[in-house]
Amino acid sequence: MDWFPLYNSLRIALVSTVIVFFAGIGGAYYAAKVPRAVKGILDVVLTLPLVLPPTVVGYLLLLVLGPKRVIGAWALEAFGARLTMQWWSAVFATVVVTFPLVYRTARGAFEAFDETLAQAAWTLGLGGTYIFWRIRMPVCRQGILAGTVLAFARALGEYGATAMVAGYTPGRTATISTTVYQLWRTNEDGLALRWVLVNLSISAVVLMAVNLLERPGKVGRP
Amino acid sequence: MKLEAKIRKRYGNFLLDAAFTAESGAPLALLGPSGAGKSAALRCLAGIDRPDYGRILLDGRPLFDSEKRICLPPQKRKIGYLFQQYALFPHMTVAQNIAVCLRHLPKGRRRARTAELTALLRLEGTEGLLPRQLSGGQQQRVALARILASEPDVILLDEPLSALDGFLKGQLELELGTLLERFGGPVLWVSHDLGEVYRGCRRVCVLDGGRSSPVTSFPALLSDPETLGAAKISGCGNFAAVRPGEKPGYLSVPEWGLVLRCGRPWRDGVALLGIRADRIQPTAAGEENAFRCRVGRVVEDVDAVIVLLLPEGAAEDAAALRMRIHKEKWAEWAGKGELLVAVRPEDILLLRE
Repeated sequence: MDWFPLYNSLRIALVSTVIVFFAGIGGAYYAAKVPRAVKGILDVVLTLPLVLPPTVVGYLLLLVLGPKRVIGAWALEAFGARLTMQWWSAVFATVVVTFPLVYRTARGAFEAFDETLAQAAWTLGLGGTYIFWRIRMPVCRQGILAGTVLAFARALGEYGATAMVAGYTPGRTATISTTVYQLWRTNEDGLALRWVLVNLSISAVVLMAVNLLERPGKVGRP
Repeated sequence: MKLEAKIRKRYGNFLLDAAFTAESGAPLALLGPSGAGKSAALRCLAGIDRPDYGRILLDGRPLFDSEKRICLPPQKRKIGYLFQQYALFPHMTVAQNIAVCLRHLPKGRRRARTAELTALLRLEGTEGLLPRQLSGGQQQRVALARILASEPDVILLDEPLSALDGFLKGQLELELGTLLERFGGPVLWVSHDLGEVYRGCRRVCVLDGGRSSPVTSFPALLSDPETLGAAKISGCGNFAAVRPGEKPGYLSVPEWGLVLRCGRPWRDGVALLGIRADRIQPTAAGEENAFRCRVGRVVEDVDAVIVLLLPEGAAEDAAALRMRIHKEKWAEWAGKGELLVAVRPEDILLLRE
């Protein structure tokens, strides 16, 4: 069995999780601060990818990243690289699809944060950066971690947008999900089932991790 | 040291308009019912909220001045703030909570100072625990240790005893008093409980509906509260509309159908009189300001009895007068349906609305 799809899926999921972790937290932190009207609009825009069909997301991405489109053409000119049909092209897809998961859970956690903790920290002379990374983030850790793990799991299984942006090239862009589809299409049911089992076990582990993180009082101790 | 504040800030429909001065060695009580703007005043002092107008000076140095456009951030004010729920960082141990403002010190000094404060506040043995593993009293001591670690010039206490109960409260009250005495800087103590701040503070400023009364002493507040709000918060229980009587020095109280002699001169703006429940007492005939009452409900308190009285000439819908009398003394009068009671002229408070 060629393990490339597992390796490819994991690296795509890892890279996109790192990106989404910071982008989601940043987005959530500012969304929790802006006026209500702005927040409503921001919320819709940032959460939209969660409810759109992945193929629609893929289509929209191709509209900007395709070699003849705005960003795609510019990248081709500047770096001589196509933004689509590479293994990392899938990262564009998974970032957009999983961003709302981190954004929404982190925002919930930030909104539940007791602001008197930050205010107490001010009066003790602590600066904004210290408060954010050493007080706000650790206190909100459970929600943020749960969202991040979910985003990782979702990135690992992303199919629709990935298939459109990165395609299926064995040994280059194949992921677990695109491989399963390809194997099933070519009547290699036995091999497809093996990949299904691989995917199932990874997802089960990840969801167990989410459950552990959400159990109050268990995780979250220093 | 001296902290002077004169601030105005609008919160939606609520207007905070307060002026007071607190000096070293004389803790100042901000006394008022809930919703009076006490916490809002502290938040403005600490720099958490920004007043619309006014000035906050510490020994003449402006922390905030709306005219000069000065507004120091909380980090630069050196004002320690004990929050009502203590605001301990829940993910840090007791030692970490205290050491959080000692980060600028070298490790050895930091350890030593943490140990010093831990000992001062009798927190030995809890260093490795998280705030939620502590009792309410311990949590408060951690919060105080953390404030002392930040070496503030001023300390603000927001209802420091409200989250505690019973015996523990009395215990902590004494400790807090000792600690504040040793602290040496100006202290502001917010409370709705007269007894608590009477024991812990020297000066008092009543806040009611966002407005502050002039700073005064407790004896002065009790003998002449001047406003209805101050009278209520200082425990006065009987109020009625009042107007000057026909004879000078006398007052007319239509609601109770009484004419009483008052020990103080009439002041402009006075609308009400107040009589403390323990200043109405049964009397034999012939005393000044004596009047006959029907005895209504009798409620037994811990060490006294509260008797509801209706003066003979009272209006139909008049509120009953509350008389508070020691149990032993009440034994002489109990069982009577009617009673002659009296109020000394100097015990009649004249109040503005």
